[in-house]
Amino acid sequence: MAEAAVANRDYPRVYGKVGSLHRERAWALRWAYVSLILASIIFLAPPFYMLVTSIKTNVEMADQSLNPWIVRNPTLEHYWAILSNPIFLTFFKNSIIVTILVVSVTMVISVLAAFALSRMRFWGSQVLATGVFLTYLVPDTLLFIPLYQIVGGLGLLNSIWGLVLVYPTLTVPFCTWIMIGYFASIPKELDEAALIDGATWPQMLTKIFIPVALPGIIAATIFAFTVSWAAFVYPTAFITRPDQMPLTIGIVSQLVRGDTFAWGQIMSGALIAALPPVVVYVFLMDYYIAGLTAGATKG
Amino acid sequence: MAPDGSAKAITQPVARGPRGRSPGVSSLERLARRRSSIAFLMTLPLILVIAGLVAYPAAWAIYLSTLNRRMRANIGFDNYLILLESESFRMIIWQSCFFAITAVLLKALIGFWLAHMLHHIPTRGQRKWRGMLLIPWVIPPALSTLGWWWMFDPSYSSINWIINVFGFPSVPWLGQPWWARISVIMVNVWYGAPFFMIMYLAALKSVPEQLYEAASIDGATSWQRLRFITLPMMQNIISITVLFSLIVTFANYDIVRVLTNGGPRDTTHLFATYAFQVGILSGNLPRGAAVSLFMLPILAVAAFFILRGVTRRTKEIA
Repeated sequence: MAEAAVANRDYPRVYGKVGSLHRERAWALRWAYVSLILASIIFLAPPFYMLVTSIKTNVEMADQSLNPWIVRNPTLEHYWAILSNPIFLTFFKNSIIVTILVVSVTMVISVLAAFALSRMRFWGSQVLATGVFLTYLVPDTLLFIPLYQIVGGLGLLNSIWGLVLVYPTLTVPFCTWIMIGYFASIPKELDEAALIDGATWPQMLTKIFIPVALPGIIAATIFAFTVSWAAFVYPTAFITRPDQMPLTIGIVSQLVRGDTFAWGQIMSGALIAALPPVVVYVFLMDYYIAGLTAGATKG
Repeated sequence: MAPDGSAKAITQPVARGPRGRSPGVSSLERLARRRSSIAFLMTLPLILVIAGLVAYPAAWAIYLSTLNRRMRANIGFDNYLILLESESFRMIIWQSCFFAITAVLLKALIGFWLAHMLHHIPTRGQRKWRGMLLIPWVIPPALSTLGWWWMFDPSYSSINWIINVFGFPSVPWLGQPWWARISVIMVNVWYGAPFFMIMYLAALKSVPEQLYEAASIDGATSWQRLRFITLPMMQNIISITVLFSLIVTFANYDIVRVLTNGGPRDTTHLFATYAFQVGILSGNLPRGAAVSLFMLPILAVAAFFILRGVTRRTKEIA
């Protein structure tokens, strides 16, 4: 509204329209809020319904005369049941091990490579940077069949180590790509100053690049974490033994059993499994979004 | 991306200057201190990941798809021909294209709309709304699809309950081919629209406010402002996002796997889920590889244009 006022003062010929402009803006704002409220209701309905289901008793769930969207007698029984289920805890443990290993490996590989690619030009570095981006565009569903054979050939089918081996294909290209962008935005004067002071390349990386590009590193770490936590295609293809399954495929294949529909437990399990990425998102939203948009706006 | 030529000219002599030339240093040590060798060592893990886990498997998939079921004999393009001759696979091609194109268009439109609405409201409130609207993107899709599956349940569907309240008959969400197709698209749009919203919001924020001021002084209508300022300024981001999403949506696996598992009567299968069924579940790896390679031409075209868009954008920023 402030801009409109300025414009009107400088250009008197629009004066006559002030009222209509103002009214138009008020309507646009109202319309914006209506759209946003509607979208939020639709976007949040599924997680809300999952939550509602997870705290309902089985009796209440089975009663079709009741409104399914509200809970009358909230209960935590499904959460206790799922949290005392040893197989669910195994899924959780597997997810944590795989994710921590994959995130660490990814960050070491991509920070080192991005530093070299953005600062130390060498033969083929330009081609490699483009190659990194192209690899990011290769979807996992194109690779899982040949990787099935490769992982099988290494004897790592049905093992979380097979997942630790192949997950970097999901995380490394994108993390390297956004780290190249962050490193390239650091002014060259900084490394020149460091070089004149006699800093070595490793010192430059640890003393200048990593601290200055910390927001980028956090964004890349969050990306690697969410991707390896949510990965679904590879574990579905490579793992059939329940004790080696991570959460996603574990819940989908082991808790969902055609005959006994334990919806309360499925939903509470899914919500607990979705919690880590959601918590990370809530606390580090700006980094999360920076990482999300960096792919196209930086680089 | 990598720095431009001028940076090379500045850093090179400085980097080589004080080190590596002193007498008495062995040639191996000198090699280790050379900038390009250090750089190569630093990128080696990346090269290994790309070569060993992406490039090699991709090439292997192409070779694999020319073998017979037992992987003993090379049968040329027979796997592709057999697939193309089967009625059911032609339907899967059609369904994959229908699914990807419809879902991407809807995601782009909804994302664009929401980004605009978010951009309209006062800046203070934007953070809160943006945070809420991005939730579908944050939940691992395999898990949120379980929630949708329960919402689509034939006898306990909570969506049908709402529909019934308004006096309409229940919908057989996952039971009939067309409703199942719509359901799968709905879940994909629900999951992916927030991503478009965030990308477009970032792009909207980068359009200089002066352009709009100048346009409203010239008496431009809101449609004209959209058509002649917003869309041209966002053109590049829009195309990059759409193409990127096209790749991801074409290659989608988890939503269909959890929601319908290809049913009813294989009408909701996509390339990825069908490749999984043929390759892993039925054990015909070569033909499964052939199925997933049908995605390659679409991916290659999209990747080409994305790369062009990103390069152009990099030049704009530089």
